[in-house]
This record gives sequence, C-alpha cells and structure tokens, in this order.
Amino acid sequence: MSGADNVVWLGTPAFPEAARGALADTRLRANLRRATGTIRDKRLKAAAELHDWEELRERAAAVKRRTLRHLDHHLLRLEKAVTAAGGTVHWAADAADANRIVTYLVKATGEREVVKVKSMATQEIGLNEALADAGIRAYETDLAELIVQLGGDRPSHILVPAIHRGRSEIREIFLREMGEWGSPAPEGLGDDPRELAEAARLHLREKFLRCKVAVSGANFAAADTGTVAVVESEGNGRMCLTLPDTLITVMGIEKVLPSFADLDVFLQLLPRSSTGERMNPYTSLWTGVTEGDGPTDFHLVLLDNGRTATLADDVGRQALACIRCSACLNVCPVYERTGGHAYGSVYPGPIGAVLTPQLVGVENAASLPFASTLCGACYDACPVKINIPEVLVHLRAEAVEAQRRGRFLPTVEALAMKATGLVLSSPTRLAAAQWLAALGARLVARDGRIGALPGPLARWTGTRDTPAPPRESLRAWWRRSKAVKGTQGHASAEEEAAGDRP
Amino acid sequence: MRIALFITCFNDTMFPDTGRAVTRLLERLGHTVEFPQGQTCCGQMHFNTGYRPETLPMVRRFAEVFAGYDAVVAPSGSCAGMVRDHHRVVAAQYGDNALTEAVEEVAPTVYELSELLVDVLGVTDVGACFPHRVTYHPTCHSLRMLRVGDRPLRLLRAVKGIDLVELPAADTCCGFGGTFALKNHEVSNAMLADKMRHVQSTGAEFLCAGDNSCLTHIGGGLSRLRTGIGTRHLAEILAATEGDTR
Ligand code: SF4
Repeated sequence: MSGADNVVWLGTPAFPEAARGALADTRLRANLRRATGTIRDKRLKAAAELHDWEELRERAAAVKRRTLRHLDHHLLRLEKAVTAAGGTVHWAADAADANRIVTYLVKATGEREVVKVKSMATQEIGLNEALADAGIRAYETDLAELIVQLGGDRPSHILVPAIHRGRSEIREIFLREMGEWGSPAPEGLGDDPRELAEAARLHLREKFLRCKVAVSGANFAAADTGTVAVVESEGNGRMCLTLPDTLITVMGIEKVLPSFADLDVFLQLLPRSSTGERMNPYTSLWTGVTEGDGPTDFHLVLLDNGRTATLADDVGRQALACIRCSACLNVCPVYERTGGHAYGSVYPGPIGAVLTPQLVGVENAASLPFASTLCGACYDACPVKINIPEVLVHLRAEAVEAQRRGRFLPTVEALAMKATGLVLSSPTRLAAAQWLAALGARLVARDGRIGALPGPLARWTGTRDTPAPPRESLRAWWRRSKAVKGTQGHASAEEEAAGDRP
Repeated sequence: MRIALFITCFNDTMFPDTGRAVTRLLERLGHTVEFPQGQTCCGQMHFNTGYRPETLPMVRRFAEVFAGYDAVVAPSGSCAGMVRDHHRVVAAQYGDNALTEAVEEVAPTVYELSELLVDVLGVTDVGACFPHRVTYHPTCHSLRMLRVGDRPLRLLRAVKGIDLVELPAADTCCGFGGTFALKNHEVSNAMLADKMRHVQSTGAEFLCAGDNSCLTHIGGGLSRLRTGIGTRHLAEILAATEGDTR
C-alpha cells in the first residue's frame, strides 16, 4: 500500500472541481463564515491575553524542530517508557498495517464494539471502515464526530468536523439515524443546541457503559515518562479513556515530545489557538496501566504512513510540527469559501494543503498546493510557526517537476510558462512583447477596457474587465523622454547588449 | 540618493503611469531616479506557480542589473517581497554561491514604495493633494511578507484634501493570488465578490493599494459591475499635487 491509499478518500476530483459544489451551496457558505468568524475573533482575544504569546510560539516551534530532527531517538525512548509502565507499543508502517494491528487487538478481546475518542490519525487511515470489514462496530463519541458518523458524512474541519451542518440538519440526522446505531433519539426532539446535546449524551451513555474497548488518538506523548495526552472539551473522551478495560491509542509518530515538561507550552498554545479558550475543559494524561484505575490493557500504535518520507524533506518537514489546532483553517479565506470536503482528505485547509500531498506523494494530490492565494494569514496564525506559504510554493515546484517527469508532452501551462519565462528574462524580448500586446489590445478594447474574451482567458475576463495595455510601456517612455534628456545616459547600448544574456 | 526604479514587468506593460508617478514623486522630494534598462521581471509568477528553472535567469538578471544602488524602489509589495524573501531560495536551490552572494547584496536595498518613503527617506508628508474619498486595501504581501504595517496609511493621512475611509475586513485577501485567479477562478471570484461588497460599503470614489495586480483584479470586478469606483495605486495618489486637475 502506498501513495493515495495512505489516506482515505483522495479519490475526489482535483481541488477546483471539488470546490465548485461548496461554492454553490449558500447554506454551507453561511455556516462556514459564521463559525470561522466567531472562532477567529475568540482566538485573537485569547492570544492577546498572554503577554508572552510570541515567545510561547517561538518556544513551541523550537521544541518541535528539535524533536523532529531526532525523531527516531525520541520514539525509542517513548517505547521504552511505555513498556516500562505496562503498556505495549506497536509500530505501523502504513494505514493497512495500523488497521491490521488494531483489528487484531480488538478481536483478541473477544469484543465486537469499540467506543472512540475523536482522532485524526484513525480517520486518516480509515480505521472505522477497516473495523467494520472485520465485523467490529466503532462508535464515535465526540459530538461533532457523532454527527458526521450518523450522517454518513466526511469531516469538514479538524476541530469542528460538522462545521458545515446547521442545527436543523443535525436534528434530522439524529431522528433518522440514532436508532440504527443504539438508543434512538427522544421523540419530539427539537433543534435547540441544548436539546441536541442532551440527546447525544443519552445515546452515548449507554455505549460508554457497555463497551469494553476504546480507541483513541493522542495529542501529545512524552518520551521521558511514556505519558500520553488527549485534550477535549466534552468529557466524552475521558469516559472512553477510563471506563473500558482495553485502550488502544493510534498516534502519528510526529506527536512525541522529548519530555513531560514540554507539555507546558503546548497546553497553553493549543486551546487558545483552536477554540479561543484559555484551557481545555478536559486534559487526560495516562501512563501505561495502573492497577485498579482505568484500563488494564494499554496499546500504543505508532503510525508512520508517509511521515518519515515527509521528514526527509527539509522544507516540507515543518508540516509535521502541526498540533492540529485548526487556527489556520479558521483564518483561511479559501477554506472559508470551500469548506473542508474540497481538500479530499481528513486534513483540510492550509495544513491539509501541505500535509496531505506529502503523506500521499505530491503527484497524487497535485492540485492541493495550488489551493491557496499565498496570502499568508495561516502562517501568522499558526501557534508553532509553520511557514505554510513556504511549504506551499516548495510543493508547487515538486508538483510541476513530477508532471514534467511523468509526461511526454508538456502541458499548456508548462508551455506558457516557458514562453513567458523567455520573454521575461530579456528586456528586448519583453519590449517586443509589450509592443505586440498594446497592438493586440487596441483591436479588442473598448473605452480602454477589455471585456469578456473567449478561450482560456474567459476564466479571468468572465467576471472582470481588464485595462488595455497602453501604447507606450514605461521603458519605452523612459527611453524617449528621460534618456534623451541625459538623466539616464548609461541606460542604453551596453545594457541593452547585456540585456540579452540568458 | 541614487535610487533605481524597479518598475516590475506588469507595471511596465500595463501601468506605466504608476512608474511615472513614482519618478515624479521622488524627484519632487529631491532624489535622482534611474531606470536600468536591463531590468525585466522578479520571477514571482514562475516561482509561485512552481516553475523554478524558469525563475533562475530572472533572479540572475535582477541581481546583476540592480547591483550597486543606494536603494531600489518597487511600486509592488509582492515583487519587493519576491526579491527580498525568495531570490535567495532560488539561488540556493541551484547551489549557485556567487548568485547567492549577489542576491544577499542586492536584496536588502530593495524597498516597497511606502517603506522607502517612511524608513529610508524619512518622510510621511510628501506634499500631495488628492481631494477625494479613498479607501485603502493592504495587499497580503505588503501586509504579511514585508510587514509594511501602517506606513501607507500614514502617508495617505498626510495627503491634503483626502477623505480616507476604513475598509471593512481590509486584511482579508482579495482572491487574486497570481495564477490562483486562473487555476481556482471560482474560489477567486467568491473572494472578489466579498471584497467588492466591502469596498462599495465605504462609499469611496477610489480604492487605493500598493500593488497594481490586486487593483486590476478588484478594479476589473468593480468596472464589470459598473460601480463607478476607480482604482489608484498609492504612488499615483502620493504624486498628485494641487496643480493636478483630477
Ligand atoms: S498548521 Fe499550525 S495553525 Fe494549522 S492546524 Fe497545524 S498547528 Fe494549527
């Protein structure tokens, strides 16, 4: 298994096509705008409260950079500490590997059901589907994940997976589906958020009490103590982490931190960046197993799935520092218009646009690095200072190179870039092109503006007028008016000659 | 001060008025402006679209042509950003040490117009007069790559007769993004629509920015909708004086 199989659901069309449906859906756009706008403001306020916010970001970025450089070392330390504390560590090279390990572990308990703590890693590998194939039912317990699962849907946001759903839609989903999965929704359920939450609570409680196996992800793991951490806001995660007998945690290998003390800075940055809260309502930490307290059997599955390949790229590897706070999604003007589904992966938005292509190979997700205007809002928001625009342009270059390698005939774009590259690297060729453009424009322009044009230019001219290029470029004007007057004596012959050097 | 004008290929071809305005403005402030005729393009479009080999000759040419000036001014935040932040990336990628050195020499001398005026030349009141209602859009690259901050606004506030009105959601991208507007034109259009709505809500006669590419995008939309709102590059407003009749 490799490439696009690394993550579920990259079978979607390229980003521009996938975005089209979302753009046409006015309800979706309204939901997204409202939700991201609210979180955005809250985050800014929460960050402004800390006088040392910038320092914290710097420290977090430094810890992540350092850890990633010696990732193998810290993972081995983590394995040792977890084992010493009575847990078992498993290494999974890819999604299939991880799914096989978890399925085996669940089957060994004799159980056919598991409760789940919200986890990106298990979504990335399609664990629920793999378990279903083996006859095991996985129940999501995070409210938003529950909505997504019951709706037969895909998550649209890292933190608020059901961000694209309004409350009346949620009510319909609950009424229709809950009975299929366990306790049905109460009759006469309204669409008041509190009523909806209560319905979910009742539905879930029965499962918490019944299920003996839980599957979780991990936000962090400390290599020195073997402690794993999950932060959440509903408390449902805590139920899964404490009630069942067996706990299986699937964790991307990049989540390790050198020491327990490092949690300090991240537990400050994460809630403020993600929900704009000062603290997470629930922070669960566990270290192996403890007799008489919580699960008696703990397994930690360390997931690679494209991460070591990402690590090998010294520009791209910074994406592995991500703590999944989703701040970059909430400030991204592209995400705000398209929602998460257009990105074709459980990692949407700016971080998805740089992480997914690396996990699956850029040739399998070549449109994603281009799904950004490079406005840089994501970089400013990121609590661990991932330079997302830098990684985006880096991956664009890789996507273009992959295309060059893979084709006999260059694309129209490649030809255009080659041609413009030739023109733009020579002043004489540029001057000639300017003269031609001005001539051409006079043929199509009206009142100095160019309206809708046919062909490939229609994408631009369909919604915008374009000013016609003037008769005289600045360089021509300068030569005519300035150089003659002598203010620019040397701007001519030898520079012109030099001008054509490739 | 011996200042070289890097007009950028787009301004050179489409908006020579902006270049003339920069020249007029700087000369009015008592400086000599030179126009190296060997200049072409900073390579931003090729770099940002992933065409690195095609970018290299442009980086090389830039470092050659603009070496040795006291300052280089570019009336474009994104092109200034390209030169300052990305030329070294291209040079490093091709392992060209001589080029890297040349880039490191030139890059720090390159300024976006408002930076040059405020930081290098130390002026905020450039003696301009523009008696119109204006709203200002801070382009993303000026805002986040160059961190020009409120420099353009300080310059605009000092303009005589101007009625400067705040643009709602000013720091949200307009949706241009170079080839993004072609590759993802539908998303781009959705972003443009919101930007236009905000511009229209100000009641401004003119939208001002420091980058003609963003202005072409937003202005093109405003023109198609026949809003009657015009666009002006920052340089043109700063160059305007009482003698002008606009
Ligand atoms: S890239 Fe940064 S801002 Fe985006 S989710 Fe990850 S940590 Fe948060």
